[in-house]
Amino acid sequence: MSDSLTAPAPVVAVSESVATDSSEGSTKIDVEGLTFYYGMTQALQDVSIRIPPKRVTALIGPSGCGKSTFLRTLNRMNDIIPETRVEGTVTIDGQDIYADTTDVVELRQRVGMVFQKSNPFPKSIFDNVAYGIRINHLVDSRSETEARVESSLKAAALWEEVRDRLSESAMALSGGQQQRLCIARALAVQPDILLMDEPASALDPIATQRIEELIHQLKNDYTIVIVTHNMQQAARVSDSTAVFWLGRLIEYDRTERIFTAPSQKITEDYVTGRFG
Amino acid sequence: MSRSHSARLLADRMLAVSGLVVTVFGLAVLAVLLIDVARDGLGRLSWQFLTSFPSRRAESAGIYAALTGSLYVILLTALIAIPLGVGSAIYLEEYGRRGRLSRLIEINIANLAGVPSIIYGLLGLALFVRALSFGRSVIAGSATLALLVLPVVILSTREALRAVPSSLREGSYALGATQWQTIWHQVLPVALPGMLTGVILALSRAVGETAPLIMIGALTYVPFAPDGIWSPFTVLPIQIFNWVSRPQAEFLRNSAAGIIVLMTLLLVMNGIAVWIRDRAQARSRM
Repeated sequence: MSDSLTAPAPVVAVSESVATDSSEGSTKIDVEGLTFYYGMTQALQDVSIRIPPKRVTALIGPSGCGKSTFLRTLNRMNDIIPETRVEGTVTIDGQDIYADTTDVVELRQRVGMVFQKSNPFPKSIFDNVAYGIRINHLVDSRSETEARVESSLKAAALWEEVRDRLSESAMALSGGQQQRLCIARALAVQPDILLMDEPASALDPIATQRIEELIHQLKNDYTIVIVTHNMQQAARVSDSTAVFWLGRLIEYDRTERIFTAPSQKITEDYVTGRFG
Repeated sequence: MSRSHSARLLADRMLAVSGLVVTVFGLAVLAVLLIDVARDGLGRLSWQFLTSFPSRRAESAGIYAALTGSLYVILLTALIAIPLGVGSAIYLEEYGRRGRLSRLIEINIANLAGVPSIIYGLLGLALFVRALSFGRSVIAGSATLALLVLPVVILSTREALRAVPSSLREGSYALGATQWQTIWHQVLPVALPGMLTGVILALSRAVGETAPLIMIGALTYVPFAPDGIWSPFTVLPIQIFNWVSRPQAEFLRNSAAGIIVLMTLLLVMNGIAVWIRDRAQARSRM
């Protein structure tokens, strides 16, 4: 039932400059021929992409183009959904994450995720950040946990706002604060990669700006892959941009090239707002 | 204002009024019943009534054996039904694969919840009293009632688990939590208020059950309190039934007093449920 994918597939235009642009020319995430099904519905077809370390890679495209599905294959979040099927390989730091020997729990520690709708646990601010540390037994003592919570909240630019009320409910925070808490929570387990699924789509412009500033700081330490509906946001925060259309990757290049000199007509139409 | 608009307004008003009428009717009948019972029974209610064993003489008869019997039975029923029911629900909802088998199980559990209680009595008689040789004991009664309420406990627990937003589960998995860690730390605390409501409602039903216990041979005349799970026993509804079927008016007053005791017990149980639920809700909302 791949009617949605029968439209003539444009040739994938993947610029060499993306790979060579990164400092070491190295690859953090290497995806080869990834095809994905929800039951009988094909959501991704033959996606191949190399994502460099410590860069921000934006995934853009119209609704239903598969960009969120693609993001969720990178930490095997789609495993939770019954009757999904994956073909192709996803290699992170040289390890095939869909191999039988891969420990999904360990994978998700290395590949953190922030969701579209902020989803703090109905617990205290402290317990939200400490949750990942505790369940994975990352530290041995209470004081180490406290130190890790503090550094994570600082990294997520939330510490100054919550330092005096760590034991209060996370649900009492504002939307933007909740989303930064979710980022802090993800950072607390010290991942190398951070996946963000439209992290600012439910936030007001000021909160969005804070998240974007945060992304700028975080890319010094983390490989960030961000899905966004917002063209300006993709242009502002990312180093390279991948354009998805009908389940395919149709163009992948340095962000300024995607927005100034795209090689695909669809990309041009999309980034100039002619559809989407 | 157009005619059709005023006609719609009228229909709206009529529906509201008739809704009020039927509600008042139901409540009025209940109130008459309660007042009648209270008038007959309140005068009989005393410390002596609560602490005496049944007797041939109505004025010295009491409800002690039935009350302790009911408490024993319901406690043991809870101890059996809650772990089994909650455990099954967690398995079916969180671990079980969705498929034809799980749908079959689901339909069967829903059907079991509607099976008349006397059937469970027959099962209890054959299985616990006879086959397992529990005899006419507290444990046989509790096991039977546990089977009776199990489907309700499973259904309401599954409902509560299903109501937990999937974003919470995803948030937990994304941090490297295992399935059990996710269930234990995130899902169960949020589902707890709903689970408790279902469990207490099920147990309230069990407290009032008579037929299955008569079937398995709970006694109608018990001049002692149960002293363990193997002890013979009676429960409040059976004692009430026994008194009601006597010809003397004094025994009718005893049964009215017994009804008050039973309803107080139910009220206390429901009150505890509401209290626990509100506490859990307040905690999970934070």
